[in-house]
Amino acid sequence: MMDREVGKASSQAEQDPMERMSRAMLRARVLEDKLASLYRAGRIVGGVYLGRGQEGLSAAGGVALRKGDVLAPLIRDMAGRLGFGEPLVDAVRAYLGSKLGPMKGRDGNIHRGDLSRGILPMISHLGAMVSATAGVLLAKRMKKEKGFVGLTSAGDGATSTGSFHEGLNVAAVEKLPLVVVVADNGYAYSTPNDRQFACTDLLDRAKGYGVEGHGVDGTDPEACWEVVGRAVQRAREGAGPQLVVGRLLRLCGHGEHDDGLYIDKKMKSSDRGRDCMEVLRDQMKSRGLGQDWDRWEKEAQDEVEGAVKKVAEEPLPDPFEEDWRATSMVGAAEAVQKG
Amino acid sequence: MSVTYLDAIRAAQEKALQNDPSVFIYGQDVGKFGGAFKATKNLAEKFPGRVIDSPISEDAMVGLAVGAAMEGMRPVVEMQFADFSTVGLNQMLNHAATTYWRTGRPCPMVLRLPSGGTPGSGPFHSQSMEAIYAHYPGLVVMTPATVADAYSMLLEAIAMPDPVVFCEHKLLYYHLKAKSLPAEAVPAFKAHVARPGRDVTCVAYSAMVHEALAAAEELAGEGYETEVVDLRTVKPLDTDTILASVARTGRLLAVGESWPWGGVSAEVVSRVASEGFELLDAPPRRLNAKDTPIPYHPNLWSAHRPTAVRIAEALREVLRY
Repeated sequence: MMDREVGKASSQAEQDPMERMSRAMLRARVLEDKLASLYRAGRIVGGVYLGRGQEGLSAAGGVALRKGDVLAPLIRDMAGRLGFGEPLVDAVRAYLGSKLGPMKGRDGNIHRGDLSRGILPMISHLGAMVSATAGVLLAKRMKKEKGFVGLTSAGDGATSTGSFHEGLNVAAVEKLPLVVVVADNGYAYSTPNDRQFACTDLLDRAKGYGVEGHGVDGTDPEACWEVVGRAVQRAREGAGPQLVVGRLLRLCGHGEHDDGLYIDKKMKSSDRGRDCMEVLRDQMKSRGLGQDWDRWEKEAQDEVEGAVKKVAEEPLPDPFEEDWRATSMVGAAEAVQKG
Repeated sequence: MSVTYLDAIRAAQEKALQNDPSVFIYGQDVGKFGGAFKATKNLAEKFPGRVIDSPISEDAMVGLAVGAAMEGMRPVVEMQFADFSTVGLNQMLNHAATTYWRTGRPCPMVLRLPSGGTPGSGPFHSQSMEAIYAHYPGLVVMTPATVADAYSMLLEAIAMPDPVVFCEHKLLYYHLKAKSLPAEAVPAFKAHVARPGRDVTCVAYSAMVHEALAAAEELAGEGYETEVVDLRTVKPLDTDTILASVARTGRLLAVGESWPWGGVSAEVVSRVASEGFELLDAPPRRLNAKDTPIPYHPNLWSAHRPTAVRIAEALREVLRY
């Protein structure tokens, strides 16, 4: 078992990272387009939050991590999740509420994770995952594990929370191998940066925390891979927490219920509003991988269609079979349930 | 040789650190300094790297414990005062408490809260937080009233697979003493009849158990036998033991040091009224602190909280009905 996993990890590492980026981003984009359709068709209860335009920055984090690392994604991290190894079918299951999914219909959409795979299930309260990821890393260090990294995401809005500040500060105090990737897309829901913070560049904050900072054009997947990959490497080498700030735009509303009309038109037509998928496609074409790109896209479409079809036939949660217990204690279960 | 309530808490943590390598302690000043109340005195020296000073970051302290628990550790977080745990409330209520339900994987951690009023402590160093935590599903909330319980229940809390809020009362820290640590433990989820009686049931927990026992002693001189039920754990609530007591006495007073709106005493009265209505010979009553922030000066503070005198008055009214 162990040998097989190590073998798998090394063959994955040998694969061209830009190919892995491409595949993760294509799968994410195709899947999210499908989820948006399902949402409009009324097949998804609750919200749908897309990472459109942010796939490059997100995928770079997922691809830079390896088995034994930990990922605490946020709402626009489909590409990072898939790049790290979350099964695509589990994403579909979480959205459609399948009982076979990682959250069994008890939670859904982006609020999914799989602790056995090192993916923390986010809570909605922004900034909260920073200290939780730090806690996982502290535990790994206490267990004498070596060479691991944790990566979590935040938006520009999340940087305003006390939780974000406390989490990054404590990670810096403990010198933990934590990478915090901030996707600065200019808006927290509808609130622009100038109502969110008064500093010129969020990257300047790295110095205040005593951590290394890295800025990147979030619309350029090759640059994202290079910068996020370097940050992950620095953390892995023992250089302590790393703050990455990627500038980009979300090419959709906050969720699919939102038309995003408040996003500045000039910003949209600027380089910041480029679609990272198109940028990457051109990058891959210039490397002579245009045909591969088309093939990966077709494979992604087939995979997504197959997954949606499969999940549509899976059982949904049943209130009569649900055990309605919020604590795990065997033996004390009855007392707690009555409790 | 005697053991205080605080000694018991320290000893329980020492034993847990000794027996289980996944246990560690995290909190402000808990390391070399030994904690604001010395509940972790000498533990950092005995267990290097496992008794860790945190920054003043209550949210991150609990968040870090949640992550560590998800990774298989058993963190014990010391809040310097229960009152400050409000700053970490989000991580406890929305993160720790939802993890098992959402993922099917337990989140074994203990949040130690030095709770309750002491003279001169004022609005922000006196609070009792058990009702807020108990309201949220996914948490166990313990409120030990004795030296033996402080020891055995903390050990049980650390061994539990779920997040536990451990409300230890600061007024009991130094004054409450026992001859030795207990050799045997009553399971944490069982309430305990601290004093048997046939005329009226007084349900209490934490430091209020001692006020209730003193009130019972006073009423005994007037010919009334009060049964004092110590809840020990407020969530899950041992309704069976409460109802059995009310079945014997027909009368109920529920006492809590926390505020009167909602809370543990309201829950006790509500359950007895709906599940044991036919057992009652008098309307069930509650006694709580006054509905203001907790006062600084002892003149005000001693009138703000339920005391043996006020509990005895309330018991007489229940008995007179």
